[in-house]
Amino acid sequence: MIAYILRRIVQSVLVMLVVALVSFSLFRFVGDPVATMMGQEASQADREALRDRLGLNDPVIVQFAGFIARAAQGDFGISYRLQQPVMELILSRLPATLELALISGTLAFVLGVGFGVYTALNRRGLLSGAIMTVSLIGVSLPTFLIGILLIWIFAVELQWLPSFGRGETVDLGPWRTGLLTESGRASIVLPAITLGLYQMTLIMRLVRAEMLEVLRSDYIKFARARGLSDRAVHFGHALKNTLVPVITITGLQLGSIIAFAIITETVFQWPGVGALFINSVQFVDIPVMAAYLMLIALIFVVINLVVDLLYYAVDPRLRVDRTAAQH
Amino acid sequence: MTRPFNRSAMRRVAASLMLSAAVLGTGLTAASAETLRWARVGDALTLDPHSANEGPTSTLLHHVYETLVRRNTDGSLAPRLATEWFIHPDDPTVWVFKLREGVKFHDGADFTAEDVVASVTRVTSETSDFKGLHTAVAGAEAVDDYTVHIKLNGPSPLYVQNLTNFFIMDKGWIEANGVQTPQDFKAGEEKFTVRNTNGTGPYTLVSRDPEVRTVLALNPNHWDATPAVTEIIYTPIKEAATRVAALLSGEVDFVQDVPVQDIERLSNTAGIAVSTGAENRTIFFSYDMSSDSLISLPGDNPFKKPQVREAMALALDRDAIRQVVMRGQSVPGAQNVPPFVNGHDAALDAYGAPDYDRAKALMTEAGYPDGFSVDLNCPNDRYINDEAICQAYVGMLGRIGIKANLVSQSRTIHFPAIQNGQVDFYLLGWGVPTFDSQYVFDFLVHSPADGRGGWNGSRYSNPELDAKIASLATETDLAKRDATIAEIWKTIQEDRVFLMVHNQLLAYAAKDNINIAVHPENQPSMTTVTFK
Repeated sequence: MIAYILRRIVQSVLVMLVVALVSFSLFRFVGDPVATMMGQEASQADREALRDRLGLNDPVIVQFAGFIARAAQGDFGISYRLQQPVMELILSRLPATLELALISGTLAFVLGVGFGVYTALNRRGLLSGAIMTVSLIGVSLPTFLIGILLIWIFAVELQWLPSFGRGETVDLGPWRTGLLTESGRASIVLPAITLGLYQMTLIMRLVRAEMLEVLRSDYIKFARARGLSDRAVHFGHALKNTLVPVITITGLQLGSIIAFAIITETVFQWPGVGALFINSVQFVDIPVMAAYLMLIALIFVVINLVVDLLYYAVDPRLRVDRTAAQH
Repeated sequence: MTRPFNRSAMRRVAASLMLSAAVLGTGLTAASAETLRWARVGDALTLDPHSANEGPTSTLLHHVYETLVRRNTDGSLAPRLATEWFIHPDDPTVWVFKLREGVKFHDGADFTAEDVVASVTRVTSETSDFKGLHTAVAGAEAVDDYTVHIKLNGPSPLYVQNLTNFFIMDKGWIEANGVQTPQDFKAGEEKFTVRNTNGTGPYTLVSRDPEVRTVLALNPNHWDATPAVTEIIYTPIKEAATRVAALLSGEVDFVQDVPVQDIERLSNTAGIAVSTGAENRTIFFSYDMSSDSLISLPGDNPFKKPQVREAMALALDRDAIRQVVMRGQSVPGAQNVPPFVNGHDAALDAYGAPDYDRAKALMTEAGYPDGFSVDLNCPNDRYINDEAICQAYVGMLGRIGIKANLVSQSRTIHFPAIQNGQVDFYLLGWGVPTFDSQYVFDFLVHSPADGRGGWNGSRYSNPELDAKIASLATETDLAKRDATIAEIWKTIQEDRVFLMVHNQLLAYAAKDNINIAVHPENQPSMTTVTFK
């Protein structure tokens, strides 16, 4: 067991190093940070001097080694754009993204499972048809358009909800939360729906398909034959067996919600790490881009590691096979 | 339906009425308390006054820090921390500044000549981003408490024009916080000045969350008349549609960057007023007119032929670009300098209608009856509809047989490529912060030498013209200097160094009870805002 964990951790570190190396080799195609860091009056010599100071004239591998050496000591440098320490910037933005991701993930999970079960049980119902059609729109419309549409309806026309930002926030130690104020809660509604719509549709369709599959299986027939109530059959037996793959997918999707909140954050001017990243790309703010990509790699690696370990703990067959092989 | 917009307006009126009553009671002079919620596309990058020579940064800092002189909306200079400025009568290389008395920094320190000297030292230091505007400075000296001499390397009659974004800091505060130099990225440390301010300006910093919200409050001890706006809440909103939506829903009062496609609709919306004005920025095409071989057309350079350059000018339909691409929001012209800049000549700026037959005849005359193929480099995230302007011109060039392959890239790739001579034919925009043609000549026309010609991507080189341009820097007889500028422009137009398209217009949108003037450098001051 310990050897298994250690092996997985070593693999994870390797994955992160590869991510860092690939992103570093890509940075030179994004453009020249000095072009945006200096005003138009700066002379060619001034630009060259700054490039030298920043180490941008060094070969990629030297820049990469320097980055890893400093990162290992927890030093990710100073943002070229905002002139503040990168780690501090990212940590101050992370709560906004995590809150958004958790709320929209929960929303997607609860509604997805609910609608999924409903549409599986009432396959020919009028409401089921409506839900399926609307969900199709949710998958096929780009996030950007959904966000603008929601802003148009709920902020401009109805004026029920704010169109941008995070509202009033409260600092709980290092964690800046918007969930404790009324304006903060109002602000998270539209971005959470925008971000979660696709995931909700995904979960709903997954639950529906799994439910239909399970409802056809023998043990459901036997359960019905035993005279169990519909309620017990549907929720006690069918849904329980449906949820295993759904939870796996949801867990993995949480990673992508955090990583790909970029568009939603940009549309709603949500002050999270995604918006920070997109601004950094446009400015070629290499220290922030590097740290952000490492952070996202870390999130994915950790989620995968946890999922793997959970499988090991949850699925008895994995353990049985392993012990059998050892005999 | 009663819109919250109206409700909040009523609430504000009620609040200001109550406050006026309170003010009357206490005998203060402030008219009312007004908060202005201000949105634009990007945030100030830093609060350090000398480390980012960038529009939004300077615009915000003008509210907290002050300069010796300020730029009026008509482009002229007005006194600010300096009350008088002139070239020393006995020494043409010295500029004399008489300073305003009785000015205090936000922390209570007195503003004196020593502060100006310390700021000159700081702005000319190695890590300053503004040092390019102060290359002529040899040193500064405090003659008495309210007189400063800035010594230059030679006579520099227009040096004062470079000072409109030169912010003055307190000497004692600089020393107490160890911020003698602006941010040094190599040192890997954040400077105290990135988040902390101590200026003399009309507003003080209350709070700042970068890219989220910056709050400024009125400085009650400011020397100038009390502005109508007593609190500023500055929020960057990157996405154009969201920015407009925030104004329509009443969440912000003033949007500085209005997308051209929304101007028409916003103008027709009740409760919102849009004002437009000329920006200090020209948009033009430029081409390599001196190399023997182009990068995208090895072994040949059609741009060397005057007939080709003339044909390209005849193919450019400026009015069509204005109507279709810019939706009327541009001022076309033929001289590559904004109308309010010294050296602008209405006769040179006049442009003709396109003439494709004549252009084709010229192409044949030049030896390109079947045209030629060349790359056109264009930024896609810098100027208003930059990429669309290029696309439109590609179609126009196609009519005279020139096949331009559009290479559209981010400014972070486009600008270094121009500076490093890696493009043949490109679009560029140019602002003239000094409001004098010399700035255009120095950077775009002079041969790349002696610290000049840094953006001369046309590789234009004319030694006679170079000498004239160099003479402008030290010529103290302004009439003679203007005559030289006119001669230089004449040569530039004859040689067709630039293919000017238009001057950009700025559009500000605000609630219609707010009066705000469009500033040619896009640096509006909230002190000038009035309420109806």
